[in-house]
Amino acid sequence: MNDEVLLRLENITQEYGTGARRFIAVENVNLTLDEGEYVALLGPSGCGKSTLLRIIAGLQPPSRGRVLYRGQPLRGVNPHASIVFQTFALFPWLNVLENVELALQVKGVEPGERLDRAVDLLDRVGLDGFETAYPRELSGGMRQKVGFARAMAVEPELLCLDEPFSALDVLSAEALRGELLELWSEGKIPTKAILMVSHNIEEAVFMADRIVVMDKEPGRIVAELEVGLPHPRQRKSPEFQKMMDQVYATLAGETRPESEEMGVAPGEVGVTRRLPEVSLDDLTGLLEHLAESDLPQHDIYLLEDELGVDTDRLLRLTETAELLGFAVIGNGDMELTPLGQTFAEASILARKEIFAARARRLPMMRWLLKMLHAAGDQRLKWDVVESALNLEFPPEVAQSQLENLINWGRYGELLAYDVQTEEISIDKETAPAYAGAVR
Amino acid sequence: MTQDTHIFHTSQRAGRLLTWGDLAALALIAAALYLGARLAFDAPEVVAGPQISLAPAALPWYTAMSVGRMSAAYALSLLFTLFYGRLAAYNRRLELVLMPLLDVLQSVPILSFLPLVLLSLSAILPQKLAVELASVVLIFTSQVWNMTFAWYQSLTTIPKELREAGSIFRLNTWMRFKRLELPFGMISLVWNSMMSWAGGWFFLMAAEIFTVGERDFRLPGLGAYLHAAADKSDYTAVAWGLAALVLTVVVIDQLLWRPLIAWSERFKVEMVETDQPPTSWFYDLVIRSNLARLAGERIISPLAEAFDRLTLRRFPFSGEAEGKEESWSWPGVIAAGLVSAGALYALYRLGLMLVAVPLVQWGGIGVGLLATLLRVALALLIALAWTVPVGVAIGTNRRLAAVLQPVVQVTASVPATALFPVVLLVVIDMPAGLNLAAVLLMLMGTQWYLLFNIIAGASAIPQDLKYTTELMQLSGWMRWRTLILPAIFPYLVTGAITATGGAWNASIVAEYQSFGGRTLSVTGIGSLIAQATALGDYPLLLAATLAMVLAVILINRLLWRRLYLLAEDKYRME
Repeated sequence: MNDEVLLRLENITQEYGTGARRFIAVENVNLTLDEGEYVALLGPSGCGKSTLLRIIAGLQPPSRGRVLYRGQPLRGVNPHASIVFQTFALFPWLNVLENVELALQVKGVEPGERLDRAVDLLDRVGLDGFETAYPRELSGGMRQKVGFARAMAVEPELLCLDEPFSALDVLSAEALRGELLELWSEGKIPTKAILMVSHNIEEAVFMADRIVVMDKEPGRIVAELEVGLPHPRQRKSPEFQKMMDQVYATLAGETRPESEEMGVAPGEVGVTRRLPEVSLDDLTGLLEHLAESDLPQHDIYLLEDELGVDTDRLLRLTETAELLGFAVIGNGDMELTPLGQTFAEASILARKEIFAARARRLPMMRWLLKMLHAAGDQRLKWDVVESALNLEFPPEVAQSQLENLINWGRYGELLAYDVQTEEISIDKETAPAYAGAVR
Repeated sequence: MTQDTHIFHTSQRAGRLLTWGDLAALALIAAALYLGARLAFDAPEVVAGPQISLAPAALPWYTAMSVGRMSAAYALSLLFTLFYGRLAAYNRRLELVLMPLLDVLQSVPILSFLPLVLLSLSAILPQKLAVELASVVLIFTSQVWNMTFAWYQSLTTIPKELREAGSIFRLNTWMRFKRLELPFGMISLVWNSMMSWAGGWFFLMAAEIFTVGERDFRLPGLGAYLHAAADKSDYTAVAWGLAALVLTVVVIDQLLWRPLIAWSERFKVEMVETDQPPTSWFYDLVIRSNLARLAGERIISPLAEAFDRLTLRRFPFSGEAEGKEESWSWPGVIAAGLVSAGALYALYRLGLMLVAVPLVQWGGIGVGLLATLLRVALALLIALAWTVPVGVAIGTNRRLAAVLQPVVQVTASVPATALFPVVLLVVIDMPAGLNLAAVLLMLMGTQWYLLFNIIAGASAIPQDLKYTTELMQLSGWMRWRTLILPAIFPYLVTGAITATGGAWNASIVAEYQSFGGRTLSVTGIGSLIAQATALGDYPLLLAATLAMVLAVILINRLLWRRLYLLAEDKYRME
């Protein structure tokens, strides 16, 4: 393998919005990609890894910084790159062959040669016999094979994969990963480098030579790890497991002191911590699972298999448990706090009380409850609260954060919400003392 | 029944009563109306109409004329749609004006523009050409908005990753249009075209029979034939005319729209197979024929390939990822400035003209609006009274649907305006003849929208809920109150919005008629507009038209939009 630099990102920053309502999607990213490398961009959802991929492909220009391709600044869509999309992005009205042919036609390949090359590509990904099928007739795995064939049709130097396996079922994804590795490692495709966006740690460790770990708020690179294991990699091998543990340790972080962990309320100086988007039933499931085990500490990477959840969801759950003080995290391990232990063993009603007590301490919840008490009839319109949050978060985030906040409030019986009037109010049944105190 | 759900889609967006965009749109419309009225000052006092032959042998010619007008208007609508929708979808600044304009134009009674269009065109063009053009313009304005809206909507809802695939594989503008945008919008474009075409008949017939006082604006065509036949009480000719009309509508449906719909099914985006895709015997016949296959392989494919290659070579992909146009361009700024200045001046002159309208006439306009509103409400109530039970019966009973659906569809395909002279012939000598006829015309123009929507709503009630109400032993009124009415409510509102729009339109031809040598009229805004046209009282014509447009928009915003939002919010099943 030669080590010529294919792509270099210099101080890439991507922002949205203007003025006070400016949000940073990706901050100050520096990255190089050498020829012959398979690099995975790994991180939780919202860390800007897909944005970064689009900047690299030239689909969107960065707000600041430079993209150098073979030393030249990139302008417009990168003609040497191709993308395999998460949702396949096949044209549903074209059959398999026509989808691949379209990419060739635009490159100016004559009809006869076009057909031969498209058929050959489909052969290579194992789709012979399905040339005249329409995408809707195919399984997800086969659709993605068409996606690969189409991307390879333009013979890209840089193949960008945008979570290409995440919309597939487990078995198809596994098969396709193996086939891609075979095509790549045996040099059957003219591709010089592969950049894969993923939120699945196991997948990244299984496939990539180097893992670039990103974190969110703002999206940035927090670590780069060389994998350095020979292919084919054995998932159960100690080296593989150690690597997984290491990546999880980077991604799950360390539990910090409560004041730091919780951030500040909206409107105050500092960062308002976003509430992770989880189902609270999932959280209960995780805590119960941890409580049942004999060991005090759990490797987080093992939980993925034990609970059958993907990396992204697992990380959001561990984050929630950490935020609510039910668990502490360090070195890729997770340990229940006494409170977490109590919660896991408590009755439904007691759980709600514990949850409410903790949720009330969250700065955003405290802020909302305070506003509600200050409001005349202890009610606030959804829109009012959302526009207040809009000063803190990008619009779509503000909406989902408020939904989250209300969900948590409802679960803890702190808040009530009337969908007809779109009004948020204090849950009167559990908080009469509060209401009286303010009047 | 899945077909019906495609059809009656009215776009009602949330928000304040009138936005700045709405006001700008209204100002533009008012300015255009002023221009029309100003031109109309020079319209000839007397307009001689065509001689209409009642011989059945003349019918093929009249049919060809009518279909020709429809086709011309449709072609114009399609071109306009592709252009305007694209402009609005890809240029953020233009979008701010173009979309409210579309929204307002979609909800104004288009037929109220007919007199102004006719008069202004006759002032500047030779008579025959002016009348032809006016009919085409009228049909165009009735057809184009929903098509444009559908096209705009599909352009803006193309999934991001499909667009990105288009960019990364470097499709140029033409290839993107051919392979991505047009296929993606095809289904809704075809459905909306079919709806627009069906609606167009109503306006064509109205244009063909429009005659006020000394001004006979009739056009040789099926509508004029029916009008003349009824005028002379020639029942045989009426029968011939109706037969020709129904035959024309059915043939076009079978040979054009059904095949198009069956064909457009291939552009479906959903990644699942449909249980019962729409079919067409004619389409099957065509795709199985060797001639069509040969033509496709030998002529169409090579030509398309050559054209693609030409565009790819001459206009290759720019390299820029597509996105919304943000920046101002100088020609754009200058054009916008000119249009605004022109509109402002026109508004100023409009104001001067309106100030000159005496108070008495304003009073008349108010009374007229109220009277027409009452008729519209009455027609809607009558329509509701029969369509709700019948629609629910058809929608919940498959066997009944199989028998009645085709009958209803054919009956509904006859444009109400074509039947109007016939209705007049029957009821004109009854007490309150024209009043009755006016309400009847409104009813005929509106009930079908309601009926189809209610059928669609009733057939969409989930089987589980039906079982549940049976298990709970709800019956009679309780069943209606807890299940059926809430379930059909969104459909009912959508149907009613379209229906009242149609009723307001109908008032223009229904409240004032020259018939059998007599001129009949009842109090109403429609008859006021017609009288002003006859007398050449242009300020009054302008004032009445504007008042009607404003009134209808306000009613839409105050009543229908709220009901629609309520329906969307609370009663949507999905």
